[in-house]
Amino acid sequence: MKKNPYLTAGCLLAGLLAAMIVLGFFWTPYDPTAMSAEKFLSPSLRHLMGTDNFGRDIFSRVMEGAGTTLLIAVATVAIGLAGGILIGALTGYFGGLADEILMRLGDVLTAFPSILLALVIISLVGPGKTYNVVLSLGLVFIPSFARVTRTAYAAVREANYVKIAQLMGVPKARILLVHILPNTASTLLPAITIGFNNAVLAEASMSYLGIGVTPPDASLGYMLSEAQGMFTRAPWYALCTGLVIVLLVFGVGLIGEGLQRRSGEVI
Amino acid sequence: MKKRILALVLLVCVLSAALTGCGGGSKEDSPENRKTANELNVGIAQDLDDSLDPHKAVAAGTKEVMFNVFEGLVKPTPEGDLVPAIAETYTISDDHLTYTFHLRQGVKFHNGDTVTAEDVKYSIQRCADATETGVLQVAAFSAVTKLETPDESTVVITLAEPANEFLSYLTCAVLPADYDRQDTAPVGTGPFRFVSRTAQDSIVLERFDDYWGTPAQLSKVTFKIIENADTIMMSLQSGAVDLFAHLTITQAEQLGEGFTVAEGTMNLVQAMYLNNGEKPFDDVRVRQALCYAVDKQGVIDQAFDGYGSPIGSSMYPAFAKYFDPSLTDYYSHDTARAKALLAEAGYPDGFSMTITVPSNYQPHIDTAQVIAQQLKDIGVTAELQLVEWGTWLSDVYAGRQFQSTVIGVDASNMTARALLERFTSTASNDFINYENAEYDALFAQAQASYDDAVQTAIYKQMERNLTENAANVYIQDMADLVAVRKGLEGVRFYPIYVLDLSALRYAG
Repeated sequence: MKKNPYLTAGCLLAGLLAAMIVLGFFWTPYDPTAMSAEKFLSPSLRHLMGTDNFGRDIFSRVMEGAGTTLLIAVATVAIGLAGGILIGALTGYFGGLADEILMRLGDVLTAFPSILLALVIISLVGPGKTYNVVLSLGLVFIPSFARVTRTAYAAVREANYVKIAQLMGVPKARILLVHILPNTASTLLPAITIGFNNAVLAEASMSYLGIGVTPPDASLGYMLSEAQGMFTRAPWYALCTGLVIVLLVFGVGLIGEGLQRRSGEVI
Repeated sequence: MKKRILALVLLVCVLSAALTGCGGGSKEDSPENRKTANELNVGIAQDLDDSLDPHKAVAAGTKEVMFNVFEGLVKPTPEGDLVPAIAETYTISDDHLTYTFHLRQGVKFHNGDTVTAEDVKYSIQRCADATETGVLQVAAFSAVTKLETPDESTVVITLAEPANEFLSYLTCAVLPADYDRQDTAPVGTGPFRFVSRTAQDSIVLERFDDYWGTPAQLSKVTFKIIENADTIMMSLQSGAVDLFAHLTITQAEQLGEGFTVAEGTMNLVQAMYLNNGEKPFDDVRVRQALCYAVDKQGVIDQAFDGYGSPIGSSMYPAFAKYFDPSLTDYYSHDTARAKALLAEAGYPDGFSMTITVPSNYQPHIDTAQVIAQQLKDIGVTAELQLVEWGTWLSDVYAGRQFQSTVIGVDASNMTARALLERFTSTASNDFINYENAEYDALFAQAQASYDDAVQTAIYKQMERNLTENAANVYIQDMADLVAVRKGLEGVRFYPIYVLDLSALRYAG
């Protein structure tokens, strides 16, 4: 296999951030919610990213907030993927009327901007709880995953090994899960990375709009919206938080790109 | 063909956009143009969605704006006095039972009608009966036994028993008698007349040229609704609004050159209001524990850079006569004591609670965050729940569905009663479900006493009652920081929560 700089760089970058986030679950330099009289300190060795209007250490909050954001993104993708694979596999493999109906329904859902749709769902289930954000975003993400999975299944359905399995009388569920699913990985993996990035950005936008996590919990999006109000007094707050979002999305984006190129080589 | 249709559609869009731009033939909405036109844009944090009808409005933010549109027989001054408004003179009989008001000649409503004694009678009667849906009953008017209009310009009010603060309640807005659209197109007698309201967007007032008193200086004021704290700063700096009251210190410091910041007091009782009717806050020990756990000065220092006056009961320092400074430190910050009280109440390991905060009020959100942090020290996990202003009004204030909430409560007129009556068990606006027989009795006593000194003493006892029973976790009367574009002058602060626009003007 040839060298794949995208994949390597992406893994390095995302890995580094992931390490920071995982570390943040167990240890942060300061208590992320502890307030102190040292407000609006600019970045220094003591406070790597400075402090905010309550004198809280921004680096600790970024570690914690990135963790929240990451968990939300992972859970969102998991919901979207699970629902998407279920619908995509069934519709892609069996086709027919159900396929038409579900895919058209998916079209309707994708016709709305995803944030808007998530907003509607949030307003139905009630804001302020992290799992509501996950739930609403997850639902919104199902159609796109379903579409990708369906295409992959529809393509593989005609492959000889599937036909032979059918002739041998292998149960349908086994064909769907054991025979076809692993072969859709080359399509699904990049889709997952793109979905993950969209979820990070969606969480950021929702918390930015004030409907994601609630204070004093941190998430990158919420912190960014907080930072905006004090941009002239503490520009490092917005910059550091924004930078972490950008790096996270960039790193995972690189992985996605790398995966796509690799699968291109294989085929 | 398709392309042509598309082109046509685009053309229509462009044209309509261009035409909207021309709408009204007005120039660009910039500070310079507004100055030339003698107009002003004011930012406010919430829409006036409770009611424009002054007898129905409950939100301090609504009353603050509509203060410019309505007047009563008398009206408050920045110094805290009452001066005749629609009434030109009044006499109070020696037994303090009969109030005779002589109306000013030729006071006009914004619809052009002249104010008559009938209108005054109708307005007072409306608040006394409160039979109309949504009208809030003014309990002070229940003492009125007779409401007579011997002639066109005289109103005689007879009371069953002397009531010290009765006059203050006559700031109650006078409305035209045969007008039923106050909800949507309010008509009053104030220096500004209501022009329009666009929900979630703006409220427009214009100078009322037939005003009986000193006319307003500005010709038009547009209130822009800006619920997002970040947008507030942008709209000030971009020139979309010229004045914004109730800024946080962080916001005020970022304003830069183009603004002056006027500092007054907010005249709100900011507290973490506790639902006394719900577990665990139905236990006085739990409430007291929270009072000991919360460090007011800490909140003020942490979230307000030290701006603000700590308070210990439902009274703020601007009401100097009624304010009892000794209550402020009744619960000095004492974590150990708080923990002991919690243990005694059966919560040795603390508990979890929710603080509901309206999301459009950054100062309250900041306060709640600091409180949540302080409560951690006694093992209480406080989770913030941010809700929209409309939801807050319906669920928390009207529905009483909450555990605790950080908010500022205002006085609707310049009496201690306006702040204290709400905690009597029968009050319809007792949103914290405070029920205390002694408190109710004291209130009845206060109403029955005509002697001002005695009454003031009883009110102070009521304040003490609220403090001792830890009805709420009282925090502060916030500093009111008002950003005003340079070149504007005439910001006046009142001892109540209003924004008086009548004296605002462009210098030079």
